[in-house]
Amino acid sequence: MQMADSVFMFLATMMVWLMTPGIALFYGGMVKSKNVLNTAMHSYMPLAVISILWVLIGYSLSFSPGNSLLGGLDWVGLKDVGFAPGPYSETIPHSLFMLFQMTFAVLTVSIIAGGIAERMKFSAFLIFTILWSLFVYAPVAHWVWGGGWLAELGTLDFAGGNVVHISSGVAGLVLAIMLGKRKESGDSAPHNLPLTFLGGSLIWFGWYGFNVGSALTINEVAMNVFVNTAVAAAAGIIGWLIVEYMANKKATLLGAVSGAISGLVAITPACGFVTPASSIIIGVIGGAVCFWGVFFLKNKLGYDDALDAFGLHGIGGTWGGIATGLFATTSVNESGANGLFYGDFNLLWKQLVAIIATYIFVAAVTYIVAKAINLFVPLRVSEEDESMGLDLTLHGEKAYHESI
Amino acid sequence: MSEILTKIEIITRPIQFEQFKAELAKIGVSGMTVSEVKGTGLQKSYVETYRGRNREMSLHDRMKIEIVVCEVPVQDVVDVARKFLSTGKPGDGKIFIYELANVVNIRTGKEGHDALKNDI
Repeated sequence: MQMADSVFMFLATMMVWLMTPGIALFYGGMVKSKNVLNTAMHSYMPLAVISILWVLIGYSLSFSPGNSLLGGLDWVGLKDVGFAPGPYSETIPHSLFMLFQMTFAVLTVSIIAGGIAERMKFSAFLIFTILWSLFVYAPVAHWVWGGGWLAELGTLDFAGGNVVHISSGVAGLVLAIMLGKRKESGDSAPHNLPLTFLGGSLIWFGWYGFNVGSALTINEVAMNVFVNTAVAAAAGIIGWLIVEYMANKKATLLGAVSGAISGLVAITPACGFVTPASSIIIGVIGGAVCFWGVFFLKNKLGYDDALDAFGLHGIGGTWGGIATGLFATTSVNESGANGLFYGDFNLLWKQLVAIIATYIFVAAVTYIVAKAINLFVPLRVSEEDESMGLDLTLHGEKAYHESI
Repeated sequence: MSEILTKIEIITRPIQFEQFKAELAKIGVSGMTVSEVKGTGLQKSYVETYRGRNREMSLHDRMKIEIVVCEVPVQDVVDVARKFLSTGKPGDGKIFIYELANVVNIRTGKEGHDALKNDI
């Protein structure tokens, strides 16, 4: 055990925690004023529900020794998870590692809320978050980080491109398609972009804890991650704005914030394995490709991914996974591998396997879970509730009051 | 009642309001009701863009100023309004003038011209 690492990981954990309220504000600003509280609640409630689920069983299913598909039950209820260091780091308390990972599990579910905004029933989403966290998040986290089959295969996912971003993005997309379009989807516009700007900035701040903390210590790799994260976010803004300007002759604030998050998503799986120069390229392309996703792909295919959970996290995560297979080099991290541009085709192939497997598994199980819930609780709110606004009809409160 | 009560409703761009209000006070108009409204007319629509999706908006922000006069000549109010609110471009707005049946002051119960006077 080492005090410096422990203090560092405590700070990183707090920073990742802040990303979840950040997502709630980021999404809340993008919906109509009659739905802002409901949207924020969808992203905030995982802090209540998933935190407890994680302590009870989620952590054990994700990280305890099990088979190649799922963890075991050894750490249920935090049995044997205490102050003494665990198997994932010798220098920090096991319970601190568990809490760091808890913030990831919470954040992942809160990202999904972007796909379903302005039309999903609150109760149905709550039940969904619990089942999805058990049946989708826990296995995928185990595959990559808990010693599962993707780890054995040798795929690289430093801070959670597959586990957090592709999984939440694909889940958001599947739910968005199952729910159908919002009645006013053609006429929707953000009601409070400064709120989105504030939320997006908190998310970016927290991301330094997310990526650098994933090193679990402050060493050469961790500092390279810090640099990579900073430049990829910056490059993401530039990439998004360039393409947006070419398409619309306007550079928007919403575009800048979205571009930063696209760049951050894209660098997440790669950040511990690539050079800063590669990170800039990954970030620029991340911003550009995510704009293409929300601008072109969404229109072309006609799904209503309301706040672009898939557009940013799914597409950005997919590009990040591929980019890891292209740009990774053992010169920055000996425990990594060489990508295609460093002469080895194997890693790219493994990255593609990991991405495709995650897409198929997440989409299938998300669909089954949502269908099962729909047997007991309708997923979508009534037409009347939707037009009156979910803040009032589902929660009995309004975000903004007129003086009368 | 021999006096004529006139209501003047000005719908215009939300600009230079404080200056306009000060000018109205100079010609003796001290009371008014102002609201924020949306309107559409000859002015071209504008485009909002969110994550690449364009949204054409034809409703523009306007303010509506309602004034009731009796002693002050209606033409004076119209002149001040045109002088201060005209930009020369489509979208400057309109002035609507109505004859009123009566006015009642809620606190004193006075009616007509008396209801408009500021005496305590």
